[in-house]
Amino acid sequence: MGNIDINGKSLETDEEGYLVNLSDWTEDTAQFLAQQENVELSPNHWEVINFLREYYTEFQIAPAVRVLTKAIGKKLGPDKGNSQYLYELFPYGPAKQACKIAGLPKPTGCV
Amino acid sequence: MAETEIKAPITAPALREYPCIPALQPGAMDGVKPYVANDKVQEEVGFPGHLVDDWQPKALAKMGDLLGRYRSLKVFMDACVHCGACSDKCQYFLASGDPKNMPVARQDLMRSVYRRHFTLAGKLFPGLVGARELTKEVLDEWYSYYHQCSECRRCSVFCPYGIDTAEVTMAAREILDSVGYGQKYSNEIIAKVHKIGNNLGLPGPALANTLEGLEEDIKEDTGIDVRYPLDVKGAEVLLVTPSADFFAEPHIESLIGYGKVFHAAGISWTLASKASEAGNFGMFIGNYEHLRKIALRVREAALELGVKRIVVGECGHAWRVAYQFWNTLTGIGAGAKDPFAIQLQSQLDQRYRQPMHICEFTWDLIRQGAISFDKAANDHRVITFHDSCNVARASRMGDSPGGQFEIPRAIIRACANHYVEMAPGTTHEQTFCCGGGGGLLTDDLLDLRIKGALPRMESLRQAADERGVNFMATICAICKAQFTKVLPYYGFKMSMVGGVHQLVSTAIKLGDK
Repeated sequence: MGNIDINGKSLETDEEGYLVNLSDWTEDTAQFLAQQENVELSPNHWEVINFLREYYTEFQIAPAVRVLTKAIGKKLGPDKGNSQYLYELFPYGPAKQACKIAGLPKPTGCV
Repeated sequence: MAETEIKAPITAPALREYPCIPALQPGAMDGVKPYVANDKVQEEVGFPGHLVDDWQPKALAKMGDLLGRYRSLKVFMDACVHCGACSDKCQYFLASGDPKNMPVARQDLMRSVYRRHFTLAGKLFPGLVGARELTKEVLDEWYSYYHQCSECRRCSVFCPYGIDTAEVTMAAREILDSVGYGQKYSNEIIAKVHKIGNNLGLPGPALANTLEGLEEDIKEDTGIDVRYPLDVKGAEVLLVTPSADFFAEPHIESLIGYGKVFHAAGISWTLASKASEAGNFGMFIGNYEHLRKIALRVREAALELGVKRIVVGECGHAWRVAYQFWNTLTGIGAGAKDPFAIQLQSQLDQRYRQPMHICEFTWDLIRQGAISFDKAANDHRVITFHDSCNVARASRMGDSPGGQFEIPRAIIRACANHYVEMAPGTTHEQTFCCGGGGGLLTDDLLDLRIKGALPRMESLRQAADERGVNFMATICAICKAQFTKVLPYYGFKMSMVGGVHQLVSTAIKLGDK
């Protein structure tokens, strides 16, 4: 277990740096987590993060990679609706790295 | 847990033109280990939250318990003559050079403790027979090196005594769990499968939403209404598949393929939210109670839905559990005698193998002429097949020996024109593990996983350079996720790996039935 300091507030993370309490997430937290991952957040990154958080609020799980690519394709144009583009945004993988920055739990299992 | 972090930069070992036994590098993998499960995770799965104070007597008592329960374990402890046949057969040894990753040496981490406490010679003259006390250092060594074994059992193929190294690893992990020293990755997943129904933690409504989206996509692609039914009572077939098939790439492509096969053959089927996971990590941690409890979800779902057949999707260790253990654990197959098992046995259609692998299912339909292919649709691919360890060495398919090797290959040849084998000695029963099996498919072991993939990457490189291979098919969710992650470290595209039913999906004829 670890902690990160955001605007003077100490937030709990798990061993791998994912936020323990989802309600701790703010945009500043996302900026901080992204920096740790060497990801510079552009408006397109935010489209992904916001979609992940909306989907999570409804379903209590991150969307399947295919659901995510389809949604991003609709928002940013069909040339960006593929997992290759998502890997450009989040090089460690759209599921895990984007979830971490969006303050969601890590997808587990054989993924 | 800061001390568990792996700080070294992650790089792939260089591919060797002529694979040979590496020079020994003692201690190279010392201290490499996955995150230890925290109190919350441990207690959710019924283990002590953290290392208990009297861990030494408890661990030895547990070891005694396992030696009594599993005669095999005692034989494996006694039978090894240190002939060395296994020593250069493990992918983690071949890539790291760490002598403790020689299967014989990894087993000896436990065997030395066994000698000290369970043999007369070791009790009287420990120094003469290589017997050791179970100290904290030894326990830590167990945690580290028994999480550098993927339980793939390649070494066992070469052992003249048939020692099953995976069972030793499973016993070590079971002892570690019993004293509160469990692995985060596996135990977190086991908690999720009990609570939510699958390893991913995918709740029913999310699963339904994902499947609806899939139906829309396929309609858009093909113009045909292929269905992905969920919790449909009275369906002929219950398909139990790894939850990664609902979530990850390229896994979902095989799920699309399964649905197309059912559609083209006109067989009614369903998925079950209660059994939305084929995987069974209870086996990885060597825990019978979890293994059984996870398996029983499938029986409950089958009884509720009244299905006649149970088919298992592309998941290596799930097929081992289904093929080897479901019969006596659940009554899917013959053997179990409890009332629910008897009820299920009379419900299932015994004209078919129970359970059946999706590859057996598809292959039977191909042979009957119930499905057919436009093989040219796969012409952009030169395909090879990676045998997954648990399918290759712990199960079978079809009616004849070696069916688990031949049936997936026969399906590929039926739906594609270009198929080639990788080098002999790296396939069939001698296949190398993908490097991520047995509970090692976790980011905190990425360096180990990349190393473990080395022998497979060498044979793939050869097949790619000499034969133009650009697609490696496999029938395991772990293999797919592992290769997707590690292929780029070796200069391959991650999209080069996929499922056998991904190839089926590309070429199957849907419209003319």
